[in-house]
Amino acid sequence: MAKIEEYIPIVGQPIIDDLRLLAEKLSGKVVQNINSTSVGGGVAEILNRMVPLLKELGVDARWDLIKGGEQFFEVTKKFHNALHGVNIEVSKEDFDVFLETSRTNMDEMNLYGDIVFVHDPQPVALVDKKQDKKWVWRCHVDVSEPSEEVWQFLRGFIDKYDSAVFSAPAFSQKLPIRQFLISPSIDPLSDKNKELPQETIDAVLRKYGIPSDKPIVTQISRFFRLILAGGGATDDPESAEVLFEVREAAKDDPDIHVLLLAQNDIEINALQRASTVIMQKSIREGFGLTVSEALWKSKPMVASNVGGIPLQIAHKYSGLLCNSIEGASFALKQLLNSPDYARRLGENGREHVKNNFLITRHLKEYMLLFLSLYHAEDVVYL
Amino acid sequence: MPEQQKAKEPFVFYTRMHLTELTGLRASTLSQLLQLVKEVNGSCIYHHTHRFLQQHQHLSPEPPNDFAYWVTEVLGEDELGEKLASIDVIQFNTIRSLREKIAEAIESYLAENPMAKVRFSKENEEFHFMKSISFVMPTKYVAHDLNDFVEILGKITIDSIYYHIFESRLRLEKNANDFSNWFLTSLGDDRLAAEISKLDPYTFTLEGLRNRVIRIVKIRIDS
Repeated sequence: MAKIEEYIPIVGQPIIDDLRLLAEKLSGKVVQNINSTSVGGGVAEILNRMVPLLKELGVDARWDLIKGGEQFFEVTKKFHNALHGVNIEVSKEDFDVFLETSRTNMDEMNLYGDIVFVHDPQPVALVDKKQDKKWVWRCHVDVSEPSEEVWQFLRGFIDKYDSAVFSAPAFSQKLPIRQFLISPSIDPLSDKNKELPQETIDAVLRKYGIPSDKPIVTQISRFFRLILAGGGATDDPESAEVLFEVREAAKDDPDIHVLLLAQNDIEINALQRASTVIMQKSIREGFGLTVSEALWKSKPMVASNVGGIPLQIAHKYSGLLCNSIEGASFALKQLLNSPDYARRLGENGREHVKNNFLITRHLKEYMLLFLSLYHAEDVVYL
Repeated sequence: MPEQQKAKEPFVFYTRMHLTELTGLRASTLSQLLQLVKEVNGSCIYHHTHRFLQQHQHLSPEPPNDFAYWVTEVLGEDELGEKLASIDVIQFNTIRSLREKIAEAIESYLAENPMAKVRFSKENEEFHFMKSISFVMPTKYVAHDLNDFVEILGKITIDSIYYHIFESRLRLEKNANDFSNWFLTSLGDDRLAAEISKLDPYTFTLEGLRNRVIRIVKIRIDS
């Protein structure tokens, strides 16, 4: 695990000095993070990096998990889909399962933090145990068009928090509490993003039998090698089903490689670095952090104009945004046929990520968020 | 470097970090945009006229404001977009006057182009009002003369430069940037103060601005 000093060559000493200044201001406060899984998924990934770094900076950050059975996670997956606007039936029994598990967690968990930082809907109901401490709800989901029924159910809890945090402006709702915009981030020193020697990249391609005789693209196209790679999350029971459907659809095309990577970040990194163009053609997206991962590797991107993606790509400056399948394939053709243009977009993309989407910016904003809980003014002198 | 006159008061470099607060307020027409521009907190106007500058610091020396971008790219009202983009922020010493100018531009456009009132943004492309929450704190860097000043300027964060040049002048309504104030009041150097004051910082990238200020001060040291 990288130490804070190791980020200095990437972001510069003054940025790290600023982080230390902020950490000093949080001296004596315990920040308790709570979510539902320690492995798989973006939240666990970011907490696995953030908590040790916050500690190293001097912030007393800790991390606890709620417990839940299969039924509970089936229900929270339904919540997740409903918040994404999917028309899905959530029964009274589902709500009861959610409340019952939440009550058990409330009874069993020690909520000791001066600041209790709750991630996503699974642990949201713990706030019923709130007393005099500060509570923040961190929403990593796109809730721009949520199912009204599920949103209103969750609102009963969200309104009890001191603040909420969303990843994109369109996700904000009218709430009686303060809401902040904090984008997620990537860690440039993690296995998924660090520089790799060419031998490692070649070895991964060999391992999966992917020839490098054609440009490699990470989204469907009949003319190019395609790699579809993904992993599962323990709180996402749908991932196996999706994998099966994709494999069925791709089984007759030898240029399509569908890979299930069991949390092998080096391999994901190598596949991204081996790509000529990277695509993120999402129908809906929370934030779409894979976009920043690709841009950090200076890769030209074609990505959907949804969720948090437009925050990461300024169209025609740091990548190409698309609104349709036709638009995506046209943009892909442009990038493959104009390598200089593609290179320039990739370089701008990396610079944009460096300034806005690295973990150091995320650490800074989380510490500012914690400080904001004790200051109501728009200009705060610390 | 030649020895420099010591300042009456040292220059303490501050840094400014910011957090974006969401308001939940959104506009999908020009009329709604106008109404909200008139009503929202001044921190929202500040945010939407300075956000691009910080987030896309490497891309554009002349950042458009968010209002101009939305009116052009989403509503397709190019003429108004151009008017809003041409509002020269350096000419305004208060957020209030800047707000009035933006509102006046939209208002007069709507009066001349009534059909613009019925143009709606697409779903998910509304204008979301946000505001900047600034956290200001002193750094460990303190300059006692121009040599110190130029050395520190080369290594502080661009957040610090941003604070002393942009935020102090407009948001905190100090009329001039902090650097010019210090050159004038603590070093008695009205020429250097005027040289920095006459820069239009909105026409530089932040790194470009850092380099320009360093160059001006170095020339002054050598003169």
